[in-house]
Amino acid sequence: MGVALEKELGTVHGEEMILNIGPQHPSTHGVLRLRVKTDGEIITEIIPYIGYLHRCFEKHCENLTYEQAIPFTDRCDYIGSMNNNFGYAVAVEQLMDIKVSEKVEYMRVIVAEMNRLASHLLAIGTFGLDVGAFTPFLYCFRDRERILDLFEMLCGARLLYNYIWIGGVSHDFPVGWVEKTYDFLDYFEPKIAEYNELLTYNKIFIERSADVGVIPAEVAISYGVTGPNLRGSGVRWDIRKEETYGIYDRFDFDVPIGTGAMGSLGDCWDRYYVRLRELEESVKITRQALDSMPRDGDVHAAVPKKIRPKAGHVYSRTESPRGDLGFYIASDGSDTPIRLKMRSPAFTALSCLDEIARGWMISDVIAILGSLDIVLGEIDR
Amino acid sequence: MDFAGILTAINTKFGDGFATVDEEAAPETVQVSPSKWGELAPFLRKDDTLSFDAMMCITGIDEGAESENLAVVYNLHSMKQNHKLEVYVSTPRTAPKVPSVEQIWRIADWFERETYDMFGIEFEGHRDLRRILLPSDWEGFPLRKDYQFPDTYRGIVVDKMKEGWE
Repeated sequence: MGVALEKELGTVHGEEMILNIGPQHPSTHGVLRLRVKTDGEIITEIIPYIGYLHRCFEKHCENLTYEQAIPFTDRCDYIGSMNNNFGYAVAVEQLMDIKVSEKVEYMRVIVAEMNRLASHLLAIGTFGLDVGAFTPFLYCFRDRERILDLFEMLCGARLLYNYIWIGGVSHDFPVGWVEKTYDFLDYFEPKIAEYNELLTYNKIFIERSADVGVIPAEVAISYGVTGPNLRGSGVRWDIRKEETYGIYDRFDFDVPIGTGAMGSLGDCWDRYYVRLRELEESVKITRQALDSMPRDGDVHAAVPKKIRPKAGHVYSRTESPRGDLGFYIASDGSDTPIRLKMRSPAFTALSCLDEIARGWMISDVIAILGSLDIVLGEIDR
Repeated sequence: MDFAGILTAINTKFGDGFATVDEEAAPETVQVSPSKWGELAPFLRKDDTLSFDAMMCITGIDEGAESENLAVVYNLHSMKQNHKLEVYVSTPRTAPKVPSVEQIWRIADWFERETYDMFGIEFEGHRDLRRILLPSDWEGFPLRKDYQFPDTYRGIVVDKMKEGWE
C-alpha cells in the first residue's frame, strides 16, 4: 500500500487469504506447490511444498554400482546433466585416487561449459517468460537448440547424456565436432548483445526485476544459496576459482558479480545479469579449452575395470550452473556405496524463498522464483 | 586454518578430549556426541578465527542394520577464512536425537527436515520438524538399512518385482 494512502486511511487490513500456486503451473518451473498467505495482494508467508518429483535417487544408488549411478545423476538436474555427471565423477575419482588423462580433462571442461551455456540460456529465457517477455525465450531456445544438436552428435542424447564416466568420457569427439563447436561459438558470441537489446535493458523488464527480491549477502550465505544467486548478491565466490577441480585453474576467465546497477545489490536483475555475463565467460573457457586440447589419446584409458573404492568417505563439490553441487559418498569397500548424498544447489536456493519474498506481491514472487533458476528434479531428487 | 589448528582451537575452548578423531577411518573428521554438538555448533559459527558461516551439507548415515547407531555428518565451510570442517555426530538407533542447528545456519532447517524424513533422526529444538520430500502420511524412514518396503500405499499395490525383470 502506498505511503500516502496509508497516511490517509491509517493501517488497513485487507482480507487475508491462503492461495495455492502449483503444483502444476508453468511459472513454478516444474512440480512445486507454494502455499501463499496474502494480505490483500501482499505476501505475508510462503510455505513451499516439494517432493512431487522424488524418485528415491539416494536409495537407488545404495543398490547400484558406482558406474550405474551416473545415468541417475543425469535425471536430477536435467538441464545441466553434463555438470552433474562431472560432479559425481570428480567425487568418485577423489575417493579412488584416479587421475584422468589430459585430453579427458579438456573434453570434460568443454562439455561442461557448453552445458552451462545451455542451462543459462534456459534460465534467461524462462525468466523473461515469467515476467511477460515471450520473444527472448524463443531466441534463447533457438541457440540452446544448436548446443543440444552438438551434444546429440557427441553422444546421441539431447538431454540426459551419461557422457562423463568415472575415469573418462563415453565417446571421443566425433570427426568434425570441434570445428562445429568453433562455428557455434563464432555464431553465438554476437548473440549475447542481442539478448541485451531484447531483454536486459528493456524498460519493462527492468521495472519488473530491479529492486525486487533482494537477497543480502549474509542471508544468502546462511541459507546456503550458491552459484549465480550468491554472486548476484555481490559475493565473488566460484568453486571453479576458489577450490579448483579438473583443470579450471589453467583458464583465464572472470567471475561476474552483481553490482546493483539497476536497483539494489542482490535483486532479481542482478541475478539475471550474472547469468548473462557468465555466458561470455563460458564461451571464453570453451574457446581456450578447444585451442589447447590434445587431439590424440584414448578417452577410456583411466576407466577402471572394477570400481571398488576402499572404505572411507568423501565430500566433494563442483560448480554446476545452479551453484555448489556436492556429493557425499561413503564406501565400505564393496562395489556399492553405503551412502550417497547429493547436495543440491537448487534445494538450498528455494529454501530462502519465504524470507526474501515476504512483503512482495504475488506477481513478484513469480519473478523471484524465476530469478532463482530452480530445477525441481534436483530439489526432489 | 588447517585441520590440526581447528582441532586445537576446539580442544582449547572445551578442554582436551572434547572432540575425538578416528585416525584410521576418518583422519580429517571431528567426532562428538550429540550433547557436545549442541555446545560446539554456536562456537564454530561465532568464533572469529573459525567463523564457519556456511553449512555446505548435512548427511544422515546408516552404516548397516547390525550397527547400533545412526550418524549425522555436517560439512562446514568458512567463506571468510576459506577452511572446511567435517563433524560426525553419532546417535543411538533406538532413540536418535541430535540438537538442531537450524537457528545458527538457516539452511540447516531444510537439511534437518530431509534427514528426519529419511532417517527419523529427531532434531531437538527444530521449530518446524516435518517431512519434506515424502508425503506426511508416509510410514517408516526409507534410507535406514532395516527399512521394510510397504506392500501398499493408500490402497495402491506396490509391485516389488515386475515380471520380466531380472
